[in-house]
Amino acid sequence: MAAADARAAAIDAFARRHRFRALEAVPWLLALAAYGVFPGYLPLGAQILATILFVLSADLVLGYAGIVTLGHAAFFGTGAYTAGLLAANGWGEPLSGLVAAALIAGLVGFLSGLIILRTTGLALLMQTLVVATTLYEAANKAGRWTGGDDGLSGMVVWPIFGVFRFDMFGRAAYTYSLAVLFLGWLLARQIVHSPFGRSLTGARENTARMHAIGAPVAQRRLIIYTISAGLAGVSGALIAQTTSFVGLTSLSLERSGNALIMLIIGGVGRLYGAFIGVPLFMIAQDRFSKADPVYWYFWLGLLMVAVVIFARGGVLGIFERLWKWPGK
Amino acid sequence: MTAPALETRGLSKSFGALSVASNIDFRLEQGARHALIGPNGAGKTSFVNLVTGALRASGGTIYLNGADITALGQAARVKRGLVRTFQINALFRRLCVLENVTLAVAERNGVGGDLLRPSGRYRAIIDEAYGLLETLGLADQALLPVNALAYGRQRLVEIAVALGLQPKVLLLDEPAAGIPSGESSVIISMIKRLSSDIALLIIEHDMDLVFRLARQITVLVQGRILVEGPPEAIAADPRVRDVYLGERERR
Amino acid sequence: MGGTLAAILSIGFHGLAFAMVLYLISVGLSVTMGLMGFVNLAHGVFAMLGGYVMTGLMNRYGVPFLAALALAAIATALVSIPLERLLYRRFYGGEELDQVLLTMGLIFMSVAGATYLWGPLTQHMEPPHWLAGQVDLGFRSFPAYRSFLILCGGLLVIALWLGLERTRFGAQIRAAVDNLRMAQSVGINTSRLFMLTFALGSGLAGLGGGLGADLLAITPSYALQYLVYFIIVVAVGGLGSIRGPFFAALFIGIADTAFKYWLPGLGAFFIYALTMVLLLWRPQGLFGRA
Repeated sequence: MAAADARAAAIDAFARRHRFRALEAVPWLLALAAYGVFPGYLPLGAQILATILFVLSADLVLGYAGIVTLGHAAFFGTGAYTAGLLAANGWGEPLSGLVAAALIAGLVGFLSGLIILRTTGLALLMQTLVVATTLYEAANKAGRWTGGDDGLSGMVVWPIFGVFRFDMFGRAAYTYSLAVLFLGWLLARQIVHSPFGRSLTGARENTARMHAIGAPVAQRRLIIYTISAGLAGVSGALIAQTTSFVGLTSLSLERSGNALIMLIIGGVGRLYGAFIGVPLFMIAQDRFSKADPVYWYFWLGLLMVAVVIFARGGVLGIFERLWKWPGK
Repeated sequence: MTAPALETRGLSKSFGALSVASNIDFRLEQGARHALIGPNGAGKTSFVNLVTGALRASGGTIYLNGADITALGQAARVKRGLVRTFQINALFRRLCVLENVTLAVAERNGVGGDLLRPSGRYRAIIDEAYGLLETLGLADQALLPVNALAYGRQRLVEIAVALGLQPKVLLLDEPAAGIPSGESSVIISMIKRLSSDIALLIIEHDMDLVFRLARQITVLVQGRILVEGPPEAIAADPRVRDVYLGERERR
Repeated sequence: MGGTLAAILSIGFHGLAFAMVLYLISVGLSVTMGLMGFVNLAHGVFAMLGGYVMTGLMNRYGVPFLAALALAAIATALVSIPLERLLYRRFYGGEELDQVLLTMGLIFMSVAGATYLWGPLTQHMEPPHWLAGQVDLGFRSFPAYRSFLILCGGLLVIALWLGLERTRFGAQIRAAVDNLRMAQSVGINTSRLFMLTFALGSGLAGLGGGLGADLLAITPSYALQYLVYFIIVVAVGGLGSIRGPFFAALFIGIADTAFKYWLPGLGAFFIYALTMVLLLWRPQGLFGRA
């Protein structure tokens, strides 16, 4: 009898690890509160929310599949240009723009993944960089369509559902970004806790063992790479639609690198690292980088070196050490 | 007559000038308790890697229950019931014991690729994995991360993961490696209790363990089969003694 | 017809000069990646440092060209040693993410540091009078400085390769690249070997940065701006190879020059696309091991 009880208790505890916890509501409550408390910062807030989605997509690839990428901006930029080109050429409907961005960015992710995921480690890292740089250079040279260095302008984005107009105070942009981020987060969370997501974690922990239990590891990596690319594309499209502008920096190494920095500041492979790292980074950037961009870079660089040496796991890692985070 | 559980014909593999398997003809009968022994560097682990598909053979054919599996990848061979354990524990160290086994059971049931249902909903799979832990006496540590377990216990998790795949042919690569000889009896009695539907191939260095488990022994030396036979015959064979004694003297 | 021939000659010449610079800078990166298992994105910082030291010595203190060049290489090698001992060494063979973040951080700090020390503008290098103008090779004349660059680069490559073949230190590097564990077990002090190799690679990068100051302009964002070029040379050449990057640099230097000559509107795009195709064919690079 006691054994049966222990059995039921252990299995319940294991199965319940994937349920929603009250703590997970905190970022959303804060985001809703921010709407009321900081009405003057909603445009920045919208950018932060969209960037969280981008960094979250990078976490899927990096934190769960263990693919270190220096080229995630490739998908962000592809999504941004997809939505941007649609809106600049007479189709400003935002939701279909997001869908198109997800599809095209996902396709780019799938095709490039087919090529580069055959390698691992340093070779793979370099190839992610080469893919992103190729796209950057392509967008740069296709100036007739993309505006090249000057960026893509002339976007006309229609009201959401034909009703909610993008206003200059960023109210619609903020709400829209928050809603899309929420859906993206739900999807990412679902994937991470699915058997598929667990098997990715397994492959990250021990690839040889994952092969030995008969899992098609390469195929699963390609799938998550594609999904992550699609989400990154949605994030790019969000920023394009809410700012009515797409620049070359959306494809740049700087953007890919910043995503890694924000993720490491928050904490990698924890699904919530993006929610902490992105606001911290972007608010600090907003404060300090306009005054003196050079020193902003210096302190940022120093911070990165310090994080790598002293605070692996980022802010969430520090919390985990202070009190044990449930269910990690 | 039924086909052997596992058979290789002319299996060969070389890395440049170094030959790790040359022309190996090997049969593992249904329900066998068979040991593959040989001195260090004889090519035992390479043989396992070739059979499971982790290494591609340079020549020869591999049959599983009579079917040619030479061209199949590693995952496809596992799906057909060809399963291995590792000489050095290869587990998901930061995941809990139950999850280590659950992942294997989920793969066997073909749900490892499910993207959208939470894994906690697959009760039957978790149940089965937990059942395996009970059989192996690991149930009270089910929720601990693997790296919190003693090495000997981790060896048992290795076997639990393999059993979660319901093997027809199980290759145990030095199942008792790295644990004190006093504790290996747990592993040995565990292996003795395995179902006779499973054909076992034990790759071993420890002669004591081999003579307690195996009914048939193959001796591998420098990538070739030196001799094959029941334990008594092998123990009495002067060539085998030469190989082993020679090795001991060199140490 | 004569025009095409002249164009090909000119592309070959300038491409070769570019290739020499790329190789001198990238060879150290290839060895760091292959031997130490460390992805040093900040490798370009050493090249930039060489460029700043050389232009600074020449423009501010009137140091002669050759002396400034040698000092640039030595200074860069010396600066790299404490970095290797204090920072890089802890992460050899470690997680790539740590290495990426650490070296990106170093790049950012180098951008800020260079702006602080030398200002945001490009540092120009005035070749000495004996390298100004053209040299006549009989059938055609070429810019003297680029000719010197090719000659100098070629001699360095030969010296480097001979050094690897003939010296004890070279033999140790080759042994370690070939099989690190074996090298350790035969008693090679790999910690010291890594440090010296790192310093040599950085010194060569400093030399390349100084020599190539008129090809890859010396600005604070140097390390970021040309990173992709260095990475491509290593990716195409194969990680850890010493000769691979040379052929990769030749290929990229000449192809890049050709594309920019014939299709200026497409710039560097073709070279990236071509690299992708090459990697599709050989994912581990031309001389990489699978």
